Amino acid sequence: MSVTLYIPGDAAARALGADKVAAAIAATAQQQGIKINIVRNGSRGLFWLEPLVEVATAQGRIAYGPVTVADVPKLFSADFLHGGKHALCLGDIATHPYLAKQQRVSLRRVGIVDPRSLAEYLAHGGGKGLAAARKLKSAAIVQQVTDSGLRGRGGAAFPTGIKWKTVLDTASDQKYIVCNADEGDSGTFSDRMLMEGDPYCLIEGMAIAGLAVGATRGYIYVRSEYPHAITALESALANAGDWLGDFRIEVRKGAGSYVCGEETAMLESIEGKRGIVRSKPPLPAVSGLFGQPTVINNVITFASVPDILAQGAAFYSELGVGRSRGTLPFQLAGNIKFGGLVEVPFGSTLRELLYDYGGGSRSGRPLRAVQVGGPLGAYLPESQFDTVLDYEAFSAIGAALGHGGIVAFDDTVDMAKQARYAMQFCANESCGKCTPCRIGSTRGVEVIDRIRAGHKEQIPLLRSLCDTMTHGSMCAMGGMTPYPVLSALEHFGEDFE
Amino acid sequence: MITTLQPIFARHQGQAGSLLPILHDIQHELGYVPEEAVPLVAQELNLSRAEVHGVITYYSHFRRTPPGKHVVQVCCAEACQANGSEALAAHAAKRAQKGDVTIEPVYCLGLCSIGPNIQIDESELHAQVTQKKFDALMDELGDAK
Repeated sequence: MSVTLYIPGDAAARALGADKVAAAIAATAQQQGIKINIVRNGSRGLFWLEPLVEVATAQGRIAYGPVTVADVPKLFSADFLHGGKHALCLGDIATHPYLAKQQRVSLRRVGIVDPRSLAEYLAHGGGKGLAAARKLKSAAIVQQVTDSGLRGRGGAAFPTGIKWKTVLDTASDQKYIVCNADEGDSGTFSDRMLMEGDPYCLIEGMAIAGLAVGATRGYIYVRSEYPHAITALESALANAGDWLGDFRIEVRKGAGSYVCGEETAMLESIEGKRGIVRSKPPLPAVSGLFGQPTVINNVITFASVPDILAQGAAFYSELGVGRSRGTLPFQLAGNIKFGGLVEVPFGSTLRELLYDYGGGSRSGRPLRAVQVGGPLGAYLPESQFDTVLDYEAFSAIGAALGHGGIVAFDDTVDMAKQARYAMQFCANESCGKCTPCRIGSTRGVEVIDRIRAGHKEQIPLLRSLCDTMTHGSMCAMGGMTPYPVLSALEHFGEDFE
Repeated sequence: MITTLQPIFARHQGQAGSLLPILHDIQHELGYVPEEAVPLVAQELNLSRAEVHGVITYYSHFRRTPPGKHVVQVCCAEACQANGSEALAAHAAKRAQKGDVTIEPVYCLGLCSIGPNIQIDESELHAQVTQKKFDALMDELGDAK
């Protein structure tokens, strides 16, 4: 009987050598005349253990990691194909504390199933949401999503049900469902992991959205920096058969523009234009892609929908705190010892994530600053690590949870330099449509340079410039660049002296 | 040029908003989007040359000149900065002066727990890249002119 092994095909695992490990294991098995079946699953998101090789046994999926090509012969002599003892053996991976403490909802199949197999997706509970939605009227689907309390996971946290209702209530012959998979924030990778590890979940969420608002066409806009995610989605769609009925999805590749993560810039890009932000109103829900009513949601938002339909809105709304319902897949990144994906209900603290999961810095030095929510997110000092992880608590301290990316820096970081980088990034990526963002960012770099050269009297000017950008920019690009700048100035003022 | 473009145009016949997909295909085929392609693409899509030029120059992914034998993207975003990507990027730029490799900054490859990261030829990823590891990868690649 052949043994089934799981070796992630996830981009992070590949970057750590998973392809070579898979090839070495296949070659050794062949030499020894052992029949094996290698599944290239997604990653469990425990990146310090990648490449993580799992063997399906009667005792569960016994994992070994991190495995290098050099370990392969010894693993075979330790009879790892039957869960044999070896220094790299981690036991049943599902019981690993890093995973056991989490509550995975949106990413619960990632790392478990074969992302290319629709049959396996359906066998692991997939498809039930779409089946349930097919028995409901459009308004009832929208109501379920509204009742679940789901808010947009891309960063803006707008209630999903309200957005869908607007599209449903806007009459049109052609409506669109667009998935924003332009996950450009540094420190975020949950969209990528889902697309590579469980693409059918996203596809199902979009198909449900189609039924909810009466749309038959969908687009997934994926950044060009994610070639493996594009391949995974395209092969999943090619293998979907008639599962989606008349709903058709096209994958669109971005082209290296950060601002195309802004929803209206993304629509322009799909239409074949420069990714310039549009004025609102009209909202995309009323006049979006090609001028038609359009649902735009992030990958994780769509991926949360199938379970809400399958298990009922209450199942989801029971999780979380305050107005932040459900779970958020946090991503522990940067200078962190145990970096990876941690999906938990809203309500834990940054400190729990950084130390209980993350184990502190990778360098072994004290953590000094943490940027939450990507390049437009605030830098938080140690004194704010006890902030509760929910949208409102973060907004109360002048920060944003955004897409849940958490980037840790140790005490060697120069925060004035990070503030300068934030302005420089905005100057590079600004679409150029509005003045505060286009020109303010360049002036911001110059002012910070002068402050760093000893001109402290320029600090009020920097604050005033940030005020103009915050209140005068058309979108979050210019409007939120002040978050990292002002938080660095506020909490790490000594670095500007 | 037109013989290269015709099959690409045919593939995207009838596709709404097909300019970016067409440009991607051209770059995939030729490694860059040559100036001579601009009027042909404009004519095919009934756009002005300025519109096509505007799109090509707006998106940093599109190259207007041929790249080196290999393209190496070095991630320069915050999570990689926290793990020393600036020194790596400087090292990569220095090494590239001697070789036939195009070094491009990239703002996030989505491998943020295991930086600094690089991507070679838009497919092959490497994590936790030290300067020594970078040199070994370039040796393996045969980056010399």
